[in-house]
Amino acid sequence: MVLGTNLKHIATAAQHNEVINNNENVMICCGRMGPMCIPVYDIMEDLEEEYPHVAFYDMPFDSPEAHVIRNAPECSSFMGLPFTVYYKNGKLVKATSSIQSKAQITSILNEKLA
Amino acid sequence: MNYDIIIIGAGPSGLTAGIYAARAKAKVLIVNEGSVGGQMVLTHQIENYPGVESISGYQLSKIMRKQAKTFGCDIKTGVELTKISLEGDVKSIEIDSKETFTAKSIIIASGGRSRSLNVKGENEFKGRGISYCATCDGDFYQNMEIIVVGGGNSALEEAVSLTKYASKVTIIHQFDHFQGYQHAIDEAKANPKINFLLESKIVEFLGTEKVEKVKVENLKTGEINEMSIAGVFIFIGYVPQTERFKGIIELNQWGEIIVDENLQTNQKGVFAAGDARVTRTRQITTAVADGTVAALRAVDFINQK
Ligand SMILES: Cc1cc2nc3c(=O)[nH]c(=O)nc-3n(C[C@H](O)[C@H](O)[C@H](O)COP(=O)(O)OP(=O)(O)OC[C@H]3O[C@@H](n4cnc5c(N)ncnc54)[C@H](O)[C@@H]3O)c2cc1C
Repeated sequence: MVLGTNLKHIATAAQHNEVINNNENVMICCGRMGPMCIPVYDIMEDLEEEYPHVAFYDMPFDSPEAHVIRNAPECSSFMGLPFTVYYKNGKLVKATSSIQSKAQITSILNEKLA
Repeated sequence: MNYDIIIIGAGPSGLTAGIYAARAKAKVLIVNEGSVGGQMVLTHQIENYPGVESISGYQLSKIMRKQAKTFGCDIKTGVELTKISLEGDVKSIEIDSKETFTAKSIIIASGGRSRSLNVKGENEFKGRGISYCATCDGDFYQNMEIIVVGGGNSALEEAVSLTKYASKVTIIHQFDHFQGYQHAIDEAKANPKINFLLESKIVEFLGTEKVEKVKVENLKTGEINEMSIAGVFIFIGYVPQTERFKGIIELNQWGEIIVDENLQTNQKGVFAAGDARVTRTRQITTAVADGTVAALRAVDFINQK
């Protein structure tokens, strides 16, 4: 099960683990193809060129495998899609809930995944 | 950098204007604040766009963007319009307080967006108890008590759809009557999980990690009470995104751009298309029609110079 975006996809928990451990900086948007999630995928697509040191991925929220993000303690208070998570050297350093603007995303990338 | 035409907004009207202007050999820049496709990407399935039986808003946006790029438009998305000068022969815009672009003509295709309540705590708790999309976030509220704000068709229909998940839905509305269709009102009233708080409004969201309570003002008495709640869904209509042009372009009392039959605004060489302008019908078909007219008139305008 993968999402129909132009981003690279994560389908399984094992793949998620591989991605965050094999890349220094990772941003994953875990959502559906809905109005709050699509703008975030779009922004990520746009940022891929500008932030070559960050690996951008999506993951389907409804897949049982997405428990790795859904159940992260940093996401425990989240009640809005998408759950967007940022990893540095395999460690979750920031998480946001619901739609975010390009300015909000780039400020996290600049601060946490420099 | 200089362009013939700069288009503000990459919804269906802006992308169509880009396609037509670029095909007419104009040098075109499209700048967009949000997601390419505008409100189209909010639409799960579009079934009333002639020639296409059914398509997701996301897919249609991607196709229109590709067409505009193929015909030679430069597209900058996720940018902020920080300065704008529309008077005189040379118009200019500045984006992200960094880059300035000039053009002989401008097309404003900035569309509309959902209205927010603009009360304390709304930004802070977005995604943590405040939502604008029932299909996206409804299932986070299984067996919980929630509020729906609004009194039009969207609020009434979404309140009914949210009863699939929530144990109780309270509709808060500022007037003593609803603006929706009678069948939507009847359906909401007949639903045992829905109750109503009329002539009231939320004045503040309270909580620590997520929304726990709201302060609700009774608009008749001025009394303010606190209500414990797990979530609030806000559906209070759409507004044209024209604040940026106030004082430069003539707007009507609802903020819609006033245009003539050629879609030209009160500023020569500045055109407006789609949901941002005065119109009674706001659809993708009408937006693309406007984009076509505005682009062709803008091309005429620059060719006359
Ligand atoms: C939930 C929903 C479902 C809908 N379903 C349908 C349907 O099934 N069929 C149908 O025909 N219509 C539907 N519509 C209506 C249709 O989507 C709109 O009429 C149409 O998208 C309007 O197009 P537009 O280009 O004028 O504006 P928009 O689509 O609103 O696009 C405007 C763009 O301009 C950008 N912008 C705004 N201000 C600025 C600025 N200052 N600088 C730069 N960029 C800016 C915005 O970010 C946006 O990307 C639906 C609308 C909604 C909300």
